[in-house]
This record gives sequence, C-alpha cells and structure tokens, in this order.
Amino acid sequence: MPGLGASFGRGGATNYLEDLANSDCIVIEGSNMAECHPVGFQWVGEAKARGAKIIHIDPRFTRTSAIADLHVPLRMGTDIAFLGGLINHVLSNDLYFKEYVVAYTNAAALVSEDFVDSEDLDGMFSGFDPESRTYDDTSWQYQPEEPRHSGSDDPAEAAELDRTGEDPSVKHADRAQASGSGGPPIPAKPQRDDTLQDPRTVFQILKRHYARYTPEMVAEVCGIEPEVFAQVADWVTSNSNRERTTAWVYSVGWTQHSVGAQYIRTCSILQTLLGNIGRPGGGIMALRGHASIQGSTDIPTLFNILPGYLPMPHALQHSTLEEYVADAAGKAGFWGNKRSYMVSLLKAWWGDSATAENDFAFDYLPKINGDHSSYRTIADMIEGKVSGYFLVGENPTVGHPNGRMNRFGLANLDWLVVRDLQMIESATFWKESPEIETGELAPETIATEIFFMPAATHVEKEGTFTQTQRMLQWRDKAVEPPNDARSDLWFFYHLGRILRERLAGSDDPRDRPLLDLTWDYPTHGETQDPSADAVLREINGTGPDGRALSTYMQMKDDGSTTGGCWIYCGVYADEVNQAARRKPATEQGVVASEWGWAWPLNRRMLYNRASADPDGKPWSERKKYVYWDEAAGEWTGADVPDFEKNKRPDYVPPDGARAQDALAGTDAFVMQGDGKAWLYAPAGVVDGPLPTHYEPVESVVENALYKVQANPTVERIPGPWNRENPSRSEVFPFQVTTYRLTEHHTAGGMSRTLPYLAELQPEFFVEVSPELAKLRGLTHGDYATLVSARTAIEAKVLVTERVRPIRLRDGQVVHQIGMPYHWSYSGISTGDSANDLLGISLDPNTHIQEDKVSTADIVPGRRPRGPELIDFVEEYRRRAGVASGRVGLNGRDPVAADAGEGSTL
Amino acid sequence: MTAVKTWLESWPVYRQLTGSDPFGRGKAARSMATEAVVSRTATADRVVKSVCPFCAVGCAQNVYVKDEKVVQIEGDPDSPISRGRLCPKGSASKQLVTSPTRVTTVKYRRPYGTEWEDLELDTAMEMIADRVLEARRKGWQDTDDEGRRLRRTMGIASLGGATLDNEENYLMKKLYSALGAIQIENQARI
Repeated sequence: MPGLGASFGRGGATNYLEDLANSDCIVIEGSNMAECHPVGFQWVGEAKARGAKIIHIDPRFTRTSAIADLHVPLRMGTDIAFLGGLINHVLSNDLYFKEYVVAYTNAAALVSEDFVDSEDLDGMFSGFDPESRTYDDTSWQYQPEEPRHSGSDDPAEAAELDRTGEDPSVKHADRAQASGSGGPPIPAKPQRDDTLQDPRTVFQILKRHYARYTPEMVAEVCGIEPEVFAQVADWVTSNSNRERTTAWVYSVGWTQHSVGAQYIRTCSILQTLLGNIGRPGGGIMALRGHASIQGSTDIPTLFNILPGYLPMPHALQHSTLEEYVADAAGKAGFWGNKRSYMVSLLKAWWGDSATAENDFAFDYLPKINGDHSSYRTIADMIEGKVSGYFLVGENPTVGHPNGRMNRFGLANLDWLVVRDLQMIESATFWKESPEIETGELAPETIATEIFFMPAATHVEKEGTFTQTQRMLQWRDKAVEPPNDARSDLWFFYHLGRILRERLAGSDDPRDRPLLDLTWDYPTHGETQDPSADAVLREINGTGPDGRALSTYMQMKDDGSTTGGCWIYCGVYADEVNQAARRKPATEQGVVASEWGWAWPLNRRMLYNRASADPDGKPWSERKKYVYWDEAAGEWTGADVPDFEKNKRPDYVPPDGARAQDALAGTDAFVMQGDGKAWLYAPAGVVDGPLPTHYEPVESVVENALYKVQANPTVERIPGPWNRENPSRSEVFPFQVTTYRLTEHHTAGGMSRTLPYLAELQPEFFVEVSPELAKLRGLTHGDYATLVSARTAIEAKVLVTERVRPIRLRDGQVVHQIGMPYHWSYSGISTGDSANDLLGISLDPNTHIQEDKVSTADIVPGRRPRGPELIDFVEEYRRRAGVASGRVGLNGRDPVAADAGEGSTL
Repeated sequence: MTAVKTWLESWPVYRQLTGSDPFGRGKAARSMATEAVVSRTATADRVVKSVCPFCAVGCAQNVYVKDEKVVQIEGDPDSPISRGRLCPKGSASKQLVTSPTRVTTVKYRRPYGTEWEDLELDTAMEMIADRVLEARRKGWQDTDDEGRRLRRTMGIASLGGATLDNEENYLMKKLYSALGAIQIENQARI
C-alpha cells in the first residue's frame, strides 16, 4: 500500500482486471494468479490469445507458469535486485519513455545537497539513527523552489509537524499508509532541471543508484542467467512505448517481506520510466487476497488510519484540528482539502455535538503514539497488558505467522470474543492446540473467558465488499441467518446500543464521545438488523440540505457537510446505491462503468490523464483512452477522467494557487503535492527514498551488493516465543516460502470445513526439489519434519521439479522449499500449521511480516510428540546459537513466571 | 398394446436397439426419473444478487432461494469481471452457507473451564458489554508521561477478517474510536 501510495498518490491497483486484456506484455511477479485469483486470470488468457507475452517470475513453477510464455525462477527474496537490474537496463540503454518521464514524473526534480545515497554508504542512506533504528528523512527532501511551507496556511505549524514527524514514536506508527489517497506531504515543490542533466536531479541519482545492478549482478544475487534476463528486458521494453503497454501484476508474494513496500516501489519506478501508468493495458495490478482487503484499508479497521486514509491523530503531533491539518492546508493537490474531509468525518460521527467552537469534537478521538499493530499487541497480551480481544472473522493462530506466540497471547487475556461461522482454532486453543500436547498450555491454567458468537454468511446479510480494483459491489440479503447467528453489523450496532444505555446519564467526560455518537440506524426484521444501506449513505455523506453528496469536492470545512469516508463520496450520489448497479456487461462499454462503483468518483483507471500526451492528445490511436476535447473544452474518453474535467492541458497555476488549483494541466498525479509520479520518494517511505537490495532477515546468502545484510530499519518483537533463525546458519540451511492453493482459503476456516474442498486438497504437504530430496533422504509421499527456532512441524513430502535449487555465480546452491499454509487441527482436512514454523519480523512501513521467505531445516520422518518436541527444537536453537525458547506458565517469560509474576491484570 | 409399448420403452436396451442412440449415451439412457428432474435453479422462489466471499476478484453470484433456504449458488454471467465463472471455492460456497458443522448458537467457556457451555444470545451480549466497560476502565490513559492528551484505553484490542463488509468495518472503527480503543486491526495488515 505505501509502495503505491508514495509513488502515485493512491494505495490502490491503478487499473482494472478486464484491462489486462489490452496489455501487450504482462509480467506476473510475487503472485500465483492462476491459482489464487483464477477467475481474474481469464483476462491474462484473453491477452495471451491476442498475442501478448506473458512472463511469470517466481521461485516456483506454478499453474501461472504453465500458461506463461516464460517462467523465470529467481531466488526468493531478491526481487529488488532483479527489478533494479531492469531499471538499470532501461536507463543505461535510453529505453525510457522520455516525454512521459519529463512531463509526468519527478525525474527533473532536484534533491537536497545533503542527501547521501546507499551506494555511497554501503547500504545505508543519510540520516540513520542507530539507536532508534529509524531514518531522519530531512536530507532526502527536494531542493525547494520556494521557502519550505511558504504555500501553507500556517507555515510555522507545518514546519513543526515536519520536525515532530522525525520522532521514532511517529516513525513506528505507520504514517506511510496515510498516503493511501493523497501522497505524503511535502514542504514545497522542487526546483527542476528539465534537461535531466544536473547531477542532483532525481533522474541522475536514480542512474547512479542502480548502476551496479547489472545483468551479472542479477545473476549473482537472483540466480537468473543473463540470457534469460535479456529476454525479459527485451519483451518488457519493446512492449512499452506510445503504441504498446506492459502491465505488472503482484500480490502478497511482494508485500510479505521485510522490504515489501520497497518491492512495490521498485516496480512503480520501472513502470513509470516505461510510461505504463495511467494507460490502457499498463499499470500495476495489486491483487488483494480477500473479498474486501481493499475495503478494509479504505474504511480501515487499522490502528494508524481513519476512513479515507486520514491518519489517526498522534499524541505528539495532533493536539488540535489546526495542528492535524497543518501539513496539508493550503498545499497543492487534492490533499489540500484535508480539513474538509476531516470535518465531514467528525460531523458524521458526532453530529450536532461537533461544532466550530469545540474544534468539531476533534478531541473526542483517541491518540496513538507508536506501534499498536496486531503483532505488538499479541506480545502485550503475553505480558498481561491487554484485557479483552475481539476476533471478527479472523483465525490468527493458524493464519498468522508464529501460531505458538499467538496462542500464548490469547491464553493471557481476561476475555476473548470470537465471531465466526465454524469452531475455528483461535476459539479452541485452550483445549486442543499443539501446546496442550507439549504441556505448555492446559485448560486448568488458562483464565481466558471465551464467547463464541456465531456469525452470518455473505448471503445472510446486505452490504458492500470493495474488491481488488477499488470497486464496491453491493450484496442483497438472500436468507435470514440461522438461530443465534448474526451479522457483524448487528453485533457492533447492538453492542454500541447496550453500552450507550449503560452509560446514559454519566457525567464522566470520558464517556462523552460514546454518548454523543450518532448511532441511530434504522433496523428491520425480527432480529432488528441495522440497515447497511443507511450506513453506506452515512459513509457517502450529506450536504447542508440533508441530501446525499455526489462528490467530495462538495465537502466543506465549516461543518455544513458530513461524510464518513471522503474517498467513497459518490457511492450514494443522487440518493441511489451506486454499488448495487448491475447493468449487464453485454449492454455497456468495455470499461463497464455501470457495474458497481469504484473509488474515486467511479474512475476505473487511475491517473488516466497520463494516457494522453502533455497537450492532451492520445499517445497513439491504439492506446487512446482519456483525452482533451478542445471544441468541448473538456477531458473525455472511455472512462471518467481522473482529472478536473475542464482544466486545460496548458493550464499553469497562478502564484498563490492552492489545493487542486495549484496543479498544472500536465500534473496527471493529482493526489501528489507536486502532481508527479515519484521515481524518488522524498517522504512517505521510512526505509529509504530509493529501493535497495537487502537480504531477507532469514537468508542463507550474504548480501552481494552492500555490507549491510538486511533492512536496517526492520522491526522485531523479541521474546522466547519469537526467536529468529540466524542468517547464513548451517543449522537452518534452506529457504522456505509459503503460499495458497486454489482449493483452500487462508487459515482454512472457510474451506477445510467444506467436503468438496477438503476432498480436492486433503492434506498438508511441502514441495521439495529432487536434489534436496536426495540431499536429505526425503521420500515422495512420506513424512518430513521442518524445524525453525520457533517449532517443528511435519508434512507429506512432494518431490517435484517445480521447485528447483538456485545456483549462484559463486557456486553456492540455494535450496528452496514451498509450503501451503492452510492447515491446522480442526475441520475435515487436518494437518500441522505451516505458519507455526515462521517468526515475526516486520516491514517498518507497514508492520507486515516477512513470511514469504524464511529459513528452516528439513529431515525425513515425523516430528517428536509431546514434551519431546520442546527438547527437539531447543537442541536446534542451542546448535544455532539462538537463545532459549522455553517459556513459563501460559507462555509467559520463564523467569518471571517462576517467580510467581505474570499477568498484571 | 399401448401399455406394452410403454413398458418396453421404459427398458433402456429396447430404446438403444430401436432408437437413434445405439450406444446408450444420450436419449436411450434417460429414465422417467431423469425426465422428471428439474434443476434447482428453475424451481427456486427467487434469485438474489451477491458476491463471492473468498478472494478479491469479486465474482458476481446468483443465489437461488427456495422455501427460505439457499438451494444453489452460481456465477452471474452479467458481471463484466467474472462473466459467470466461479473457481472451486466460489463453486463450493453453497456448502459454506449450508454447512452442517456451522456453529449457530452461542458457546461459552468460563475461566479455567474444560468444556463449552451454552448461553442465551441476549445474556452473552450483556456479559460482553460488562467486560468491555471494565476492560476500558482498567486500560484507560488520559495522558502520556509528559502530559500529552491520549484519551484512550489499552485494555481492548480487535482483529477483523477481510470478509467484513465496508459498513461493518465502518461501525467497528466508529464505535471503538468512541470507546477510546486504538489497537484495532484487520487481516489487511497481514
């Protein structure tokens, strides 16, 4: 998300799935699309049928590779080196799209003299603080064309936000994600050199940064032969120009790394240099893994953001509404209206109680001051700092890495509410988990009180999912849920109602936010199910006349408008639920604008102003999409223009212009403060303005490019329950990756319980190469045991040439193991849980864990049972020089537990 | 005579020998029972528009309902994205909603308990409300060490799946924020 947000201004897929059919070349990397998004994959098939080249880059040969024209196996965890190699190829051979790059990117921007690149500091950028392990990014900024913050309504306050923004408690609070719709704030537009020759231009810095990422280096780091690299480079560059476009497709194979956001940044740089963003058949297709992952960040249940990617107020920075908006007020771009979006949200939540006099109840919002993400919270649970936990359709003891640590967290709560369809493992850990078998947990020692609350299925409630291309689709309710099963909407609405009744009459100021909350939703039916339609209308927002708004441009900062999520404004335009539209595909154009509704403002392809040249003419007839109609004085074309409809292509902002008026007619990236796609990110990414190859936290290979082995800002959560395998350890000599199967869904609660699916994929297995099988004496169809510093698990062995050892140029052979992560002990199809093997180390931008690459040992046979399992793993830790993983009562720190300490509850 | 002919024609081998289907792969193999079969989609009381709950492609589904029960779920051919197709998971989604192993009543495990117990839904809601208020109180923080306003509780955390509807996520974030709970997370982090 921050990868796309910081590059282009919005954290969403730039194009739509059907548009893949318009591609001339499709590169799928970090995704097994045919397996995990099989129905979406039909559009790759359409492209292939029209003659497009399909390239699959993946450590494993998969169902996607089988359809591709070329499968490129690379060593897992090396995508930045590979993509950096392509960037170097494009720059050194002048293969970039010159006019596009000059007009629509920040290539010409000048960067501060103080910036020092990682090439000159052996893997570090300027500004690193070894104590907090964070960067001060002041030196990364642009050379400003005007005094910093001079365009701001309150320059002093904006500068103060810049200063406090460097505090580690802010750095650890995932600010980058707040650029999900509106790029990171910058203090001023940069000085430019449109010839791109000045050594301080982004273009020249980029050239120097990737100069050593040669085909030979790619071979050494990734294990890709130079002739294969050349083939990929040729197909990609020959299909990226005025007439042709290349699309890149990724999924969690990229995000789940210690440098995950930077993977996506590297791809963004490459696709921007090639001129593929905002054009049909181009773009970056982010494939989300669940029905409404995109929706769950747009309207987040995430600690660091509010709906519409407004940041959660930070205690250090945002004590008033004025301070909260100071980094945006008066600035160029649509983020310049941040105050209107925020005031409309506050009005939606607190209605008449939010007034100009009380700062629109801004003070009602709780403040964050650090990392409050889910893994940190699990560690806090083990330390007895958290009383109660709601699990709402999530099964973390199977679906999240390090199941053992997760179970210890749950075992130290006062109470746990689990809302699900089936009796999932996260609800039964107290009597059936692997730690019951080892004796580390027992029902008699676990005080956690558990409520299992049955949930409604997708056909038993109404509401919207936001799918992978930012499109909301409404579902009607087909039948009532059985017995006590209820929708989550019902649960939270009625819980809120009961809590408000309990506190009615309270004069404690702490209770005002709850008592003043707008919470009157119409209900219907015997169970008094609240109306999701009414909630969607609140999300959309209303104007002074009480009518639904049709665009966020109507939002005001004076309290006269409401809107629960500004980027979804328009989904209820004209008092019509636009997400429920179902005009058949055959009755409308290829863009299918009347099926569902996409944010923002039903624009199906983002940044589509860039599908035309700076003068507003299509780059070519073949790739015509959105263009300027001089006679009509407006932008027109197949899609809703992602640009102000009547802003001329030759518009130049007058001095003192603000918000969108400060963007020129060629500033196609309208959510960015400078209107440009960012090749170089002067802000918004905490681990570097340019992606740099680091080895994974758990790697068997030494970093060939820099002395710094792994991302210096990676976040760790140390404890006996989260030990790390040392890099280049002979004890853990193999690389492991995890993945999904078509026939199962994530933690399995929605698939291992279904007979059809359990029959199709009946047991847990691991994929190993014939070479590794021979090396370790593994037999196809027999059991093997995998061991890490966390635990040991067993699985059936699948010996296959689909995974192959990677031979590096120095002769080192890297063996890779693949394992699907769907299994655990409940349901029809059962097995050990792959995620139990994995540790938790986190991308500092996103707090997403690195589970697409780790290390382990593999040996033939089944794992030890009972307490012997603890001794078995402890012996591995001892041999690898890792601290003990033994725990005390319920997983607490052994010393403290022995001393009778533990939960502070 | 007609009765005999009807009797004979009910015999597949006779139809194979006398009809246009000598290999018995089509018409000859159809019994009267087969002839009487009508698809569940044809006899449904209504068809409801829905969306598959598994991955994020967002395949459109037609949900067929008869006597207030889901009898079939199929891909909706009108969708510009999925064009009527469903993958194995989407095709199995009728089993998801009609699964006999679904737990549809409240289950309760008391502290140090060794078995599940039953609980009325209303009772459970009241008990949860009690616990939310108590956890909120225990974890409450008005200010940080330097007196900066926090107005929050660290006593309550939440983790949602990404099959939550937008409307559900919205009410959750709204309610939790009003309560002062900030450790609110989602599968989207993962």
